[in-house]
Amino acid sequence: MSAAATLAGYNFAYLDEDTKRMIRRALLKAVAIPGHQVPFGSREMPLPYGWGTGGIQVTASVIGPADTLKVIDQGADDTTNAVSIRRFFARVAGVATTERTAEATVIQTRHRIPETPLREGQILVYQVPMPEPLFRLEPRVAETRRLHALGDYGLMHVKLYEDIARQGEVTISYNYPVMVNGRYLMAPSPIPAFDNPKMDRMPALQLFGAGREKRIYAVPPYTEVRSLDFEDHPFEPPRPAAACALCGSRDSYLDEVVTDDRGGRRFLCSDTDYCAERRAAK
Amino acid sequence: MAYVAVKGGERAIENAHAWLDEARRGDPALPELSVRQIEEQLSLAVDRVMAEGACHDRSLAALAIKQARGDLIEAAFLLRAYRTTLPRFGASVPLDTAAMRVRRRVSATYKDLPGGQVLGPTFDYTHRLLDFALAAEGAEPPAPAPEAEADGAAAPRVTGLLAQEGLMAAEPASDEEPGDLTREPLEIPADRPLRLQALARGDEGFLLGLGYSTQRGYGNAHPFVGELRMGEVAVQVAPPELGFAVEIGDVVVTECQMVNQFGGSRHEPPQFTRGYGLVFGQGERKAMAMALVDRALRAEELGEETGAPAQDAEFVLYHSDNVEATGFVEHLKLPHYVDFQSELEKLRAIRAGTAAAQRREAAE
Repeated sequence: MSAAATLAGYNFAYLDEDTKRMIRRALLKAVAIPGHQVPFGSREMPLPYGWGTGGIQVTASVIGPADTLKVIDQGADDTTNAVSIRRFFARVAGVATTERTAEATVIQTRHRIPETPLREGQILVYQVPMPEPLFRLEPRVAETRRLHALGDYGLMHVKLYEDIARQGEVTISYNYPVMVNGRYLMAPSPIPAFDNPKMDRMPALQLFGAGREKRIYAVPPYTEVRSLDFEDHPFEPPRPAAACALCGSRDSYLDEVVTDDRGGRRFLCSDTDYCAERRAAK
Repeated sequence: MAYVAVKGGERAIENAHAWLDEARRGDPALPELSVRQIEEQLSLAVDRVMAEGACHDRSLAALAIKQARGDLIEAAFLLRAYRTTLPRFGASVPLDTAAMRVRRRVSATYKDLPGGQVLGPTFDYTHRLLDFALAAEGAEPPAPAPEAEADGAAAPRVTGLLAQEGLMAAEPASDEEPGDLTREPLEIPADRPLRLQALARGDEGFLLGLGYSTQRGYGNAHPFVGELRMGEVAVQVAPPELGFAVEIGDVVVTECQMVNQFGGSRHEPPQFTRGYGLVFGQGERKAMAMALVDRALRAEELGEETGAPAQDAEFVLYHSDNVEATGFVEHLKLPHYVDFQSELEKLRAIRAGTAAAQRREAAE
């Protein structure tokens, strides 16, 4: 589809060019300082805050007519919010869309990283509800900015230590804090801890947009992303000891589906494209 | 199979939208509500949507109310999403509310004052008895209310009268262009123009609760309504190539100047200080609450004791915007099953560990 097919009365990809330039500047700064949160003049979007306005603004600023867009929510292309955002961009940018991870040049995601490894040239755009990894420990933005400037992450280490002392292990299972490039503590957005290792030295560019909180941050390709842990308590993300009921995968992240009211359960890949590709290959 | 339930999102959305359209229209046997009717007969809803939508356009606000089925926060959101697409030509000359064409003006601090007290169209002294006559349709429109001849006398601001005597702390004048929250993200500490900007578009209910809390001891307020005025104010712009200001129209605003005690400090003698509220349209509750919260947020700069919620700028400013707040609260209904799954696994693992430890202890 060409750019000519976009919504009448609106600029390509909805945002005006000045706004895109402002966002791109924030993105450049974010890429230059991996893991650092850059404030930006987030706009009100025609979708509500909390539905991915940050990710949508980032995608709108980096996407071009030749791009192919994939949108996932909870790993799936067909969840209602993913459908809605994909339709939004098909409408305002007229770009080609796909459900295949390998075909996409830009992937906007909420809560997952695709199972299929990403490659150079691809951009992964995360929707971020709370960009501040320390917010549950220190709600004041003015104070957390100071802690980041000083690289003072003692609060988080103490939190992890206390978890281990009380429960025997770290109790964070998603949005598990990471150190980026050995300098900034970063919220990976609420992806399951299972996905954290995929961020490390990923060949694709990772961009994070938090619309309501008005922050952008980034992880450039091949950057070190380390999940916080202790030598004697290494990072071990949980995964159910089960296989996907459809494709049989024992490596992918699984959703648990309740099948009856007598404790019946089955597990299915959360990444619908990954699951479909595996079944097609059989 | 259960999995199918999450498929078919596209068709589900289309059907939901169709149902929404149907629900909005209600019983088609009844005449459709026109945007003009909303503008004229639900005018205070229109005012609130303009204030919280941060866009002065009565007919667009009325349209938003119709489209939102009367959900005023949803309507404010619609207006904001439209507003953000508009180009910004520049800033107007500061409104001169002293030159307001007053429809209502009351002072609680002076029995009479230059310009007089004007009750205007207010609920204040109505008896809140349901008027069943309004339920009957086709009634004659009410007879025109008696109008006093405008005496042409200016209505100077009460705070100005106090300032003449040196009793009211002066507000430092500045030619500096204030920040714009709609273009730049809020930074803490925020200066007063930014705070007032955030409060002006803030949620009426949130500010009402905060303002109320300052009266009940959470913030030590001693407020008097120096003046509350509502009416038309001319908007002027001064294009640089013209060199002088031209009037481009009128807006109706409500302004509240709250007079507060101030015990003085080592540098300043005791005097009154001001809390300021200004909102689009007729919105007294909001303007008064805003003035209370504005004053509370000045506690730190005035060297007063702080610690109450209304005095905490970061707490107040980050939570006053109802479009942001409703988005984040309501997003909880979006699917979270990936995160929930990891919580399930984590909880099971921790419980298994605890159970194993208990078994070991029992065996010993």
